Amino acid sequence: MNPLVKVENLVHVFGSARVLDGISLDILPASYTVLLGPSGSGKTTLLSILGGFLQPTAGRVLIKGQDCTAMPPAKRPTATVFQDYALFPHMSVGNNVAFGLRMKGVGKAERLAAAETMLGIVGLAQAFGKRPHQLSGGQRQRVALARALVVEPAVLLLDEPLGALDLKLRRQMQDELKAIQQRVGTAFVHVTHDQEEAMALADHVVVMNNGRIVDEGTPERVYSRPSTRFSATFMGESTILDGRILSDGKLDTVLGVFPATGQHPVGHRLNIAIRPEHFRFDPGAADACATVTDIVFQGSFKRVTATVDKSPEHPLVARLPADSAIRLGDRIVPSVEASRLIVLND
Amino acid sequence: MLRIASAAYALAIYAFIFLPVLVLVLYSFQGTLFPIPPFNGPSLRWYEAVLSDGRLTSGLGNSILVAALTSAIATILGFLSAWGFARFHFPASSLLRGLITLPLTVSYLIIGMGLLVFFTWLGLPKSLVAAGIGHIVINLPLCFAIIYSQMGDHQANIERAARDLGAADWQVLLQITAPMLWPALFASFFLSMTFSWDEFVIAFLLTRFDTTLPVEIWNMLRAGLNPKTNAVGSLVFVVSIVLAIIFELVAFRKQPK
Repeated sequence: MNPLVKVENLVHVFGSARVLDGISLDILPASYTVLLGPSGSGKTTLLSILGGFLQPTAGRVLIKGQDCTAMPPAKRPTATVFQDYALFPHMSVGNNVAFGLRMKGVGKAERLAAAETMLGIVGLAQAFGKRPHQLSGGQRQRVALARALVVEPAVLLLDEPLGALDLKLRRQMQDELKAIQQRVGTAFVHVTHDQEEAMALADHVVVMNNGRIVDEGTPERVYSRPSTRFSATFMGESTILDGRILSDGKLDTVLGVFPATGQHPVGHRLNIAIRPEHFRFDPGAADACATVTDIVFQGSFKRVTATVDKSPEHPLVARLPADSAIRLGDRIVPSVEASRLIVLND
Repeated sequence: MLRIASAAYALAIYAFIFLPVLVLVLYSFQGTLFPIPPFNGPSLRWYEAVLSDGRLTSGLGNSILVAALTSAIATILGFLSAWGFARFHFPASSLLRGLITLPLTVSYLIIGMGLLVFFTWLGLPKSLVAAGIGHIVINLPLCFAIIYSQMGDHQANIERAARDLGAADWQVLLQITAPMLWPALFASFFLSMTFSWDEFVIAFLLTRFDTTLPVEIWNMLRAGLNPKTNAVGSLVFVVSIVLAIIFELVAFRKQPK
């Protein structure tokens, strides 16, 4: 499938900082792409460049094969949903949604009908005649979505669209966003720092750090096989361990020797990630090699931290059942199946 | 005791401020020829005289015309310059922003004299147009300051959204920015009206035959004390108060968020 949006080698320099440092990315039609990263990772800058609000220092943005790098926002086939919604406070909700069509010269009856239909799609048909300040945060969010979608953009850009909502509403809007995206079939590009949001929404997750893409793929792939240390710890939690290739080609870690995957020279050091749900902490006696140092009850599970005697600087984090009888100070034997080891690329 | 003293003090202050105006308004209703005690009204005789005096009524018309037109122009120019300063970065913008508000601190006499010299050099005769330009000069900084203070980053994002949806710059200004700033635009328009309405020095220096009401009143006062001056003065006062009240209502109205 030909990419709908092709980003080539984007560099953006602001002052002395390289906010974007060589970003290349393909966005497929009808896909839901999430740009995930901490603040300062460059994700919002990338979105602004896609929307035309910023000119990159170098690189190109192609939309439907056309070079849009220098095209102003009004001319591009993109529409943006802003974090603060940026609704027009002096217009009714209906006129807000119809604004884009009015700018395109669509007649009054037609554009109001389209606005009404779109408000119906986002579940706000009854708010047509209200003013934005009469709506709740979640409702304003939907109006902003309808206003951007009604102009039928090729790509919809969402800048932390759920950032201003409380947790419960955020999870609910998350489901609705996904449903709306599937109904309208527009490609969505969504910026967030919330990894749960990213996993729930994305077809394609792009993990960013320090102006670079450090990992990308389906959420399942990025979660189960993160390729970098950053994505292993930012998208979900991981225990990172040191590994060394022995002379027989096996992998030596503080948890024991494992069969190695891939070809590595003898003595090569690499980083290994282990997801908390893949650890087993069995009670041990003389064979115990670790001590439980922290237990946090999280409702559906217990987050347990243990320290290995041999290397106390690398605590192991495990997710154990909520009814587990484990207690602070217990001596344990930590173990993990060889297939669950994730060998990182950095 | 202290409460009585402070109440009396407050009363004295307000009396000091408003007594002259009260006396003027009271004697505008005087029934006889002289605006001196005893008061023997009320009578509308002097108001009748004002309204049948051609010079005063044409001065009144000129004042309204000049105040409305110059305030509209000052508001529009102030709005455009405030938008420019708030939305674009250019070299020395803080210096230029200071310069645009500088006329607020210069006395009307200096501005009037400067304009007189300048217009003479240009060959522009003394006229209502010349005085109107003077009023724009004094009111533009005020309008700029009021409107600029109301322009925030949140509105910048709303403008960005409009542009994203296909609006050209002029459409953003007319359909988004100006309506969002209505209170500030109204407030600066009415405040300019108040200042232009009773401005004397610039109008005196820059007009000749057709002139504004304050200059006509001054002409009348030169001929001696006349109860008509009280009546017309009261009219000027009432209009000023009405404009000031509109300004306050608009400027300090509670805004929906």
